Amino acid sequence: MSFKKNTLTVTPSAFSFSLLIIIFMTAAASVVSASAVSGPAGPPEADTVEIVIASPTSPVVSDFKYDDGNSLILTWVPSIDDLPVGGKVLGYHVYRSDNGGEAKKIAELIPGSNYFKDDDLYGDTTYVYHVVARSANSRAASINTEAIQPRREWVNLNLKYLFLIALIIAASVIYFIETAKRGKKLFVRKIAGLEAVDEAIGRATEMGRSILFIPGINDMDDVQTLAAITILGRVSRVVADYDTKIRMPVARSLVMTAARETIKASYMAAGRPDAYNDDMVNYITDEQFGYVAAVDGIMVREKPATIFLLGGFFAESLILAETGNSVGAIQIAGTARPAQLPFFIAACDFTLIGEELFAASAYLSGEPKQLGSLKGQDIGKGIAMLAILLGVLLSTIAAVGDTETITEILKFITKVFTVTN
Amino acid sequence: MEHFSLWLAAFLTLGIISFLYKDNAWYKLTEAIFVGLSAGYWFVALFWDNFYGKFWIGKDEHLYLYVGAFLGLLMLLRLIPKIGWISRWPLSFIVGATSGLWLINYFSSNIMKQVQATIMPLFSTQYGAGFNAEPATIIGNLVIVFGTFTGLVYFFFSKEHKGAFGYTAKMGIWVIMITFGASFGYTVMSRMSLFIGRIDFLLGEWLGMIL
Repeated sequence: MSFKKNTLTVTPSAFSFSLLIIIFMTAAASVVSASAVSGPAGPPEADTVEIVIASPTSPVVSDFKYDDGNSLILTWVPSIDDLPVGGKVLGYHVYRSDNGGEAKKIAELIPGSNYFKDDDLYGDTTYVYHVVARSANSRAASINTEAIQPRREWVNLNLKYLFLIALIIAASVIYFIETAKRGKKLFVRKIAGLEAVDEAIGRATEMGRSILFIPGINDMDDVQTLAAITILGRVSRVVADYDTKIRMPVARSLVMTAARETIKASYMAAGRPDAYNDDMVNYITDEQFGYVAAVDGIMVREKPATIFLLGGFFAESLILAETGNSVGAIQIAGTARPAQLPFFIAACDFTLIGEELFAASAYLSGEPKQLGSLKGQDIGKGIAMLAILLGVLLSTIAAVGDTETITEILKFITKVFTVTN
Repeated sequence: MEHFSLWLAAFLTLGIISFLYKDNAWYKLTEAIFVGLSAGYWFVALFWDNFYGKFWIGKDEHLYLYVGAFLGLLMLLRLIPKIGWISRWPLSFIVGATSGLWLINYFSSNIMKQVQATIMPLFSTQYGAGFNAEPATIIGNLVIVFGTFTGLVYFFFSKEHKGAFGYTAKMGIWVIMITFGASFGYTVMSRMSLFIGRIDFLLGEWLGMIL
């Protein structure tokens, strides 16, 4: 393939001419057009030799697939003077004109670039682009792209395999729920931390001391908090049965509301609605360490017999767990944050690691719906384990032997588990 | 005024640190100030950032904000005991939406991307290259594949951890614990830097002992 230097390259004389036109048009108070072809060239140094470069060619703009209708993709063929070694091109500037208005620079890219994704666009606006290659003292603009409007797609086909696997897992969940409903016992292996829940509540009851339930410092939009609230349902049910005192300081107002509803429901289910009190759950503050200071104070003053630390925790995890340990409470902790788990393991009696936290509610309740969900998740893990084993095996064979069929199978497996967008 | 702020900050810092000795009146005072001030601050911040900054300013441009405002209004019905039960609706909406949104996120990052990142040739750096990987690369690849697989086995709840399966699961928990050990040391160091920051304030800014 051969490239000719684009005749639109801006030379000093051409630039001066353009500049005169622009000055004239500005003085006449008229709108300066995008003039994408000539490009908004910068003044070359008067006392330096002009480095003439070829313009980038074939700029093409297309809609970014499977998005919300706010992105476009611009591609072009780089200038033939854009070479890895000894190239004259110092980079590219991308210009965009909105609804036929003046072209404005929207991006500066490094040499070798041939792709730009423009985000935060509007579906009702028409966009035209051109690309300018720039050397030390000259610029060369491409022609304008066609006018285009970003489109919104309602179905993201990039996620079709994710959808398919999710569908398999969902079908498994339904199958297991129905199986459990028919009375078949679903096996779930023993989880030590959860086996200790009843024992921990019993301990508090025997000692006549309270239970402190800390649901982390995240809001209801964190799935760890949801898991904690679900476990709270089971814990508060046993608490209601035993008539034990429960205290739950929270750092988010929505968590307070959800926790009150949950405990109230448990007390009603236990047939003791009169024993429920809104003050069992109280809001402290949204401030992370303000909350910690208050909870630490509660621990040392009330000396709870049992402390649950379940949910999303950050830097406060060790402070809370260590203070709880110092007052002699039996502590059951659980979070899905890998950075905080080591502290809980070091300072607590039982720790629910990641997935165990999410399995807890099903494990504790033994309800068909929750158990079915847990078994369905195991099907997902089974698929993942199988894919890893098969993928690694084929991958190793393909790398060593370069077998075409195996490489094709491997490509398919990799494609299935690749999530884009 | 600057001196007063400095002395106040030092007084409150020492008040919080005094908890290391035992619970005391100084700590209680500091705790109450901290909790009260921060709760008030967050109320004001959330009001101006969310209610005013997002809803009030953006409501004409983004009509869907009215949905959020309406749900927020329903939450306030808790204050009226007779119809307080209506506040469960927005709560249900939040819980349901959170579960749905996180399902895709977790599924994508914890299953799909994890599997994709684990599929790798054990003894080669690229396909068709034969056994060309350095020993360190081979060990690294083996650790990733072995650690991910055994970790998954540990979190498989439908089978008793017995026999070969149990042995694999035990290896998985060992991998997890070794990872936690490394993470523990790393995070403790970052906590130490927080403590050093406070000591730097006390000895440097307050007492001027560090120049």
